[in-house]
Amino acid sequence: MNSNDKKVLEVKNLTVTYESEGSVVEAVNGINLDLTARKTVGLVGETGAGKTTTALSLLGLVQKPQGHVKNGKIIINGKNILEMTEKELENIRGKEIAMIFQDPMTALNPVMTVGDQIAESIVKHEKVKYEEAFAKASELLETVGIDKARAKEYPHQFSGGMRQRVVIAIALACRPGILIADEPTTALDVTIQAQVLDMMKKLKDEYETSMIMITHDLGVVAEICDEVAVMYAGHILEYGVLEDIFNRTKHPYTEGLFNSIPDINDDKIRLVPIDGGMPDPSNLPKGCVFHPRCPYADEKCKTEKPELKNISETHQVACIAYDRPGFSLGRSNS
Amino acid sequence: MTDTILEVKDMKKYFNSPKGKVHAVDGVSFSIERGSTLGIVGESGCGKSTIGKSILRLTEPSDGQVFFEGKDITEISKREMRRLRKDMQIVFQDPYSSLNPRKTVSQAIREPIVINNIIKGKDAINDRVVELMEMVGLDQRLYNTYPHELDGGRRQRICIARALAVEPKFILCDEPVSALDVSIQAQILNLMKDLQEQLGLTYIFITHDLSVVKFFSDRIIVMYLGKVVETASADDLFKNPVHPYTQALLSSIPVPDLEARKERIMLSGEISSPINPKNECRFAKRCRFVMDVCHESAPDLTEISEGHCVACHLLKTK
Ligand SMILES: Nc1ncnc2c1ncn2[C@@H]1O[C@H](COP(=O)(O)OP(=O)(O)OP(=O)(O)O)[C@@H](O)[C@H]1O
Ligand SMILES: Nc1ncnc2c1ncn2[C@@H]1O[C@H](COP(=O)(O)OP(=O)(O)OP(=O)(O)O)[C@@H](O)[C@H]1O
Ligand SMILES: [Mg+2]
Ligand SMILES: [Mg+2]
Repeated sequence: MNSNDKKVLEVKNLTVTYESEGSVVEAVNGINLDLTARKTVGLVGETGAGKTTTALSLLGLVQKPQGHVKNGKIIINGKNILEMTEKELENIRGKEIAMIFQDPMTALNPVMTVGDQIAESIVKHEKVKYEEAFAKASELLETVGIDKARAKEYPHQFSGGMRQRVVIAIALACRPGILIADEPTTALDVTIQAQVLDMMKKLKDEYETSMIMITHDLGVVAEICDEVAVMYAGHILEYGVLEDIFNRTKHPYTEGLFNSIPDINDDKIRLVPIDGGMPDPSNLPKGCVFHPRCPYADEKCKTEKPELKNISETHQVACIAYDRPGFSLGRSNS
Repeated sequence: MTDTILEVKDMKKYFNSPKGKVHAVDGVSFSIERGSTLGIVGESGCGKSTIGKSILRLTEPSDGQVFFEGKDITEISKREMRRLRKDMQIVFQDPYSSLNPRKTVSQAIREPIVINNIIKGKDAINDRVVELMEMVGLDQRLYNTYPHELDGGRRQRICIARALAVEPKFILCDEPVSALDVSIQAQILNLMKDLQEQLGLTYIFITHDLSVVKFFSDRIIVMYLGKVVETASADDLFKNPVHPYTQALLSSIPVPDLEARKERIMLSGEISSPINPKNECRFAKRCRFVMDVCHESAPDLTEISEGHCVACHLLKTK
């Protein structure tokens, strides 16, 4: 991370809870995140890690009345999202920051043609006539690999991969500075996923968009991200550039994720899973949130909450095992 | 001597739809050796689940035969089939919808034992439930809990225990780990491998996840729109994929390794419709090597080396 590069997004100590009938879900617990211009940061982690909640916070879309942003700052182009009125938020959504959701069907209006949906998004943010916007929409369809003759068709006439491309076209319509993609290819077949990822990479370069890529697939991360934040139970446990996370893995949870995936280039007889299951989000473990499943945990881990500490200029890890002399992970790092 | 437990011969399953006949499975043949795992891979809608359901006659195949331990089970009565289901079990993707929310863990596991009269006597049954829970790694303290209190991985363990309760020889697993987080998925895959070894089980493992299928299978069938395009041993298939679709599919897998970046074969277009397909290669529209002949007839599955079969017109031009 070159200090000269412009930060387009800064998240500081973000804390989000969901409250209902006396139980409080601690979904996001004081995370920090920086996004540099034209870079892609991956948010990786399993179910309930708080990835979607983090993304929704960035757009001021955390679901009310249960959801509460308790603490923190989200600075986009110098302005704090959390201090904006709904009207101000409306103005930056789509233009400065846009989001792609996992399920393209929920993001699309079933009774409106895809061309109209893209055009509508353009008209909302740019002072152009509808005809002009529709022409632009047709061009965008071509950009995402769909014949512009199909602009007058409805979402149900498209396959899953094509719908997701339409959603991407809508998100890109106003050339947002920041694009958040929440599992954009998880529902797609691998050959279609490869097409969509390839297209996203090209468009991101062409439009100079900065991106947050949410995924649980480390393969997708390797493909498209520059930096990675590994999340677990609402905490970032490890943060670094791609090479830090993949080749200089430091957190036991990150190691556990790698060990759990069957590798097509390696004939493993057995996998090495992470023991146990996800913690109850309304009753998170004391100390390190990962300690009940961690093979390296000791007594101290049960009580002491690790902070995310720099171990190199680009690489941060939240693990107190490194206070022990000579501690290292089993995963062979290059 | 090979010991074939299950053989499928020229299976077809067509569905009627307003737009015509859906050729969900269109002439598929294969056999499985006892104690081994056959993986079936292919993209959404290629007919994987339909094959599975047709084998167990949860849906009636339109044509073809299924031999289980030498017996044609497409011919037998429903009643006899019900008895045979004891030997042939199924585990589905969604462990939640396949469990009754009002039954506790122990009740859910007890049910198939009682219904199928596997063991008699309350104490013996209870002992068996405890034993099954231990086998699939469910802690005894979960005996009286309900499925909604458990995570997906534990729910899938209940489904596996239920399948094992009737002491089957064969289990059809339809995307058994697809809904699970990777750390939990690894636990379940290891468990299923251990059980296979202990009990001599035979599996069909249906999945769209190619890294999982490679890890888990002895042989693999690659399907495309209702047809088998390639079949080989797991090693052979990944080392030497021959069909252009298999090649593209394998090259599309995102690999979590920065050094392993490789050439990607990008397919254009999307899977075409399985409704009233023409007599042509079903992959022709997306194939980078397409020739005239590919639109004139569907290629037959041809053995190119021992145990490795491919259905592609390119083979004849070589
Ligand atoms: N509207 C809501 N009401 C109550 N709890 C919620 C709500 N949305 C999310 N949560 C809880 O907040 C936590 C974080 O959820 P979130 O959806 O952000 O996770 P995620 O990392 O996106 O997971 P996934 O991979 O499953 O999408 C979870 O425990 C979840 O159950
Ligand atoms: N009951 C049905 N009626 C009509 N068509 C059906 C029915 N069941 C399946 N099909 C069709 O048959 C084809 C094969 O479906 P199948 O569910 O076997 O695919 P699959 O390979 O299991 O896909 P997935 O990976 O999405 O589970 C699809 O085109 C599907 O739409
Ligand atoms: Mg999510
Ligand atoms: Mg299926």
